[in-house]
Amino acid sequence: MPWETVIGLEIHTQLATQSKIFSGAPTAFGAAPNTQACAIDLGLPGVLPVLNERAVKLAVRFGKAIEAEIAPRSIFARKNYFYPDLPKGYQISQYELPIVGRGQVEIVLDDGTVKTVGVTRAHLEEDAGKSLHEDFHGLTGIDLNRAGTPLLEIVSEPDMRSPQEAVAYAKKIHQLVRYIGISDGNMQEGSFRMDANVSVRPVGQKALGTRAEIKNVNSFRFLEKAIQFEVERQIDLIEGGGTVVQETRLYDAAKDETRSMRGKEEANDYRYFPDPDLLPVEIDAAFLAEATADLPELPDAKRARFQVDHGLSEYDANLLTATRELADYFETVARDSGEPKLAANWVGGELMAALNKTEGDLAGCPISATRLAGLIRRIQDGTISGKIAKQVFEAMWNGGGDADQVIEAQGLRQITDSGAIETLIDAIIAANPDQVEQYRAGKDKVFGFFVGQAMKQSGGKANPAQVNDILKRKLAP
Amino acid sequence: MQNKSIAQLAADLRLRTYSSVELTRHYLDRIERLDPRLNSFITVASESALAAAERADRVLKSGDAGPLTGIPIAHKDIFCTQGLRTSCGSRMLDNFIAPYDATVVEKLAAAGAVVLGKTNMDEFAMGSSNETSFYGPVHNPWDQTRVPGGSSGGSAAAVAARLCPVATGTDTGGSIRQPAALCGITGIKPTYGRCSRWGMIAFASSLDQAGVMARSAADAAFILDEMAGFDPRDSTSADVPVPDYVDALDDDIKGLRIGLPKEYFGAGLDGRVAAVIQDAIKEYERLGAEIHEISLPNSPLSVPVYYVVAPAECSSNLARFDGVRYGHRCENPRDLEDLYKRSRAEGFGAEVQRRIMIGTYVLSAGYYDAYYLKAQKIRHLIAEDFKRAFDKVDVIMGPTSPTTAFPIGDKMDDPVAMYLNDIYTIATNLAGLPGMSIPVEPVDGLPVGLQIIGNYFEEARLLNVAHRFQHATHWHQAAPAGFE
Repeated sequence: MPWETVIGLEIHTQLATQSKIFSGAPTAFGAAPNTQACAIDLGLPGVLPVLNERAVKLAVRFGKAIEAEIAPRSIFARKNYFYPDLPKGYQISQYELPIVGRGQVEIVLDDGTVKTVGVTRAHLEEDAGKSLHEDFHGLTGIDLNRAGTPLLEIVSEPDMRSPQEAVAYAKKIHQLVRYIGISDGNMQEGSFRMDANVSVRPVGQKALGTRAEIKNVNSFRFLEKAIQFEVERQIDLIEGGGTVVQETRLYDAAKDETRSMRGKEEANDYRYFPDPDLLPVEIDAAFLAEATADLPELPDAKRARFQVDHGLSEYDANLLTATRELADYFETVARDSGEPKLAANWVGGELMAALNKTEGDLAGCPISATRLAGLIRRIQDGTISGKIAKQVFEAMWNGGGDADQVIEAQGLRQITDSGAIETLIDAIIAANPDQVEQYRAGKDKVFGFFVGQAMKQSGGKANPAQVNDILKRKLAP
Repeated sequence: MQNKSIAQLAADLRLRTYSSVELTRHYLDRIERLDPRLNSFITVASESALAAAERADRVLKSGDAGPLTGIPIAHKDIFCTQGLRTSCGSRMLDNFIAPYDATVVEKLAAAGAVVLGKTNMDEFAMGSSNETSFYGPVHNPWDQTRVPGGSSGGSAAAVAARLCPVATGTDTGGSIRQPAALCGITGIKPTYGRCSRWGMIAFASSLDQAGVMARSAADAAFILDEMAGFDPRDSTSADVPVPDYVDALDDDIKGLRIGLPKEYFGAGLDGRVAAVIQDAIKEYERLGAEIHEISLPNSPLSVPVYYVVAPAECSSNLARFDGVRYGHRCENPRDLEDLYKRSRAEGFGAEVQRRIMIGTYVLSAGYYDAYYLKAQKIRHLIAEDFKRAFDKVDVIMGPTSPTTAFPIGDKMDDPVAMYLNDIYTIATNLAGLPGMSIPVEPVDGLPVGLQIIGNYFEEARLLNVAHRFQHATHWHQAAPAGFE
């Protein structure tokens, strides 16, 4: 029987605030355990939460970026459950009336078609702390540094139909939150975590199958593999006469499988109710305008513009708008060099390869956009060939200065003096009479031998076009 | 000395008639001598009190004294006090030394008050008789076989017995007004949000409000002047200017429109209590007030609504007491679940456990709409009743409690009978309105309280109305035998 996969994602993204969502404690990653938890984060008796306005602004920015309704009035609710790293015995979240209502994003599928994925809602909530099970000899350590860190939980519609679509959607959200500056999206540090709701149904059936929720996936690769495994598991189960049970599962990357965490019957009754310690969040037009005033150009718009303004292919436009930093870098190179296509090739090719090789990012890139533009200008004005340019690039990468400095220092300027090239070629012809004979007998391939000799003997600096012209003239019978 | 008003004490301290150290020592002596009969204090902070008094004396000498500099005061043990045990009347927090001050504590300290200690209370403020305290019941100074009321029973008994000039209290369903009535003192629960809840251990967050327990409205005004005000640390505190409560005390009340809700004078009210309340109303008529009969039709629903909303919030508020970070932890827990279950079973008393269970039930999936949501709707209707009433009258009056103080042990086996003690006080909390209780003529030697309810943020009017009565009568000056 042919099966259809149905996937919805819940993404928790950490908002880029200095302090926590309900306290003044800092949110910086990596501090010694419990050094960034104040009385409020510890849930001491008598403490009260006060909402961080910045977190609200960042949520509103996201809402605007996915063309969602921003609730003029949203409320915080308590999600009650016991866990050692949940200090108050409840998490402050939003339940009814979330701050961001229905919105949507577009994803591009492998075959180039564009698909719209619905975002059901996005709501503000606080993160819990961390339980540390190692190094405590049968005990559990609790680190509350994370407790109270602001999160935006972004809930999608069950609109994805394959693991690849789910990954494309997750990447899209990841790109978006970084573009609009509401999250660093750092997956290693847990700033972007994904839960996948996965079910299968016979093709053509309207009703959704029973879903399993895969919790806390923190890489796109694992997301794809986890969903893939889960889909196969469910199909095997049903085809083998079993039924899927609604449950929470964990993905084990080492074994590449999902495992049951807890079933529905063990599921908590969270007893949501409006938090009486917090007033409703009222968002008026002025706040909305202020929060979204400096919203940057979004990736979709930028991609379209790059194709029009810079004449880029869809592939290049997509590649170069992956992050805001990369897009800005490219635009600087394109503008300063006046050569957008060459700029696209160099940024998308040599530069990204070098960055990947060193696992660096643009922020620490040794070649500034202005300097890369300088290199492209030297290719364009014939000072160096494209091939020599790669050599110059490498020297620049290793701290050799700007393109002109490298070209001067290494004497890489192209030889365009036709007299000098003729002298060189005359010598080569004189030294290789056999090859001259072969060429004149009609063996055209030998021409490449002469070009290679000329380039070799000039140290790659002879202008290739001139070398061609002169050789053709001199070898003519 | 112990019968002097706050204004007199402040004046004497300024004139150096006696020092704050002498005054503080006087009260500490009385506590040591008399409190064994009452059990009104959980913690007596002699050392820090005398140190604070010494500091106050230096300030008084320098002439920079604030309004309360050197005045001794006691805090209900629900307010966090830095470096002092803050137990909330519970075994759960018997070992809890608060690492910070509640805003109310901080503000009164900034005004110069000297903290004598922490007063006894029903566990986590859940009770109407002070019998649920882990530290044992408080005895009513007027008859030590009887309860002082609750939950601020320790504060009420201590003030009535002149063990401190004033004390703080909190009121979630009547916990200031009912014990004030049963102990024959003056208590005011301000409008919800008037005083900060920061550092006040939460029972039911949407109902809890800090207030004052004093021997007169004038004394209460002095203290409330310093306690009230917006606090950025409490999102629900009101950003409304605080008037000078002392200034308004003597305003004329001629033409004051008093509403008497017929629901507050029906079945369940002790006839003798009704009679002395009517006498007090007549006194107001003599002072120039007009009496109007009004109706608060939804008020009979206030007790059931309260016993859905308050337990719901408490079940969540008390989840943090899990034995993990502070407070009571059971011995040798087998695993996490055992740690939770035994720590909470041992740390909480029966009434607290009962309310956590009720609250958990009413918030559960499938019951939420029928209980919690419905209660919230009725709560709104109750507030609407008051709104309509205040279109016609300036204040509402009635009994604070249906009876005088009852014997210790009398109602402990019957929670519902206990809950009905707050039948006249709960509605004001549900509506968020300010309320007071002032002593009127006693019945059989036991105090009776007249409740005065005002419109939002009209504490000044309440204190004024109470003060005019106390100016014309002497009931508030009576002291229980043995504590004069």
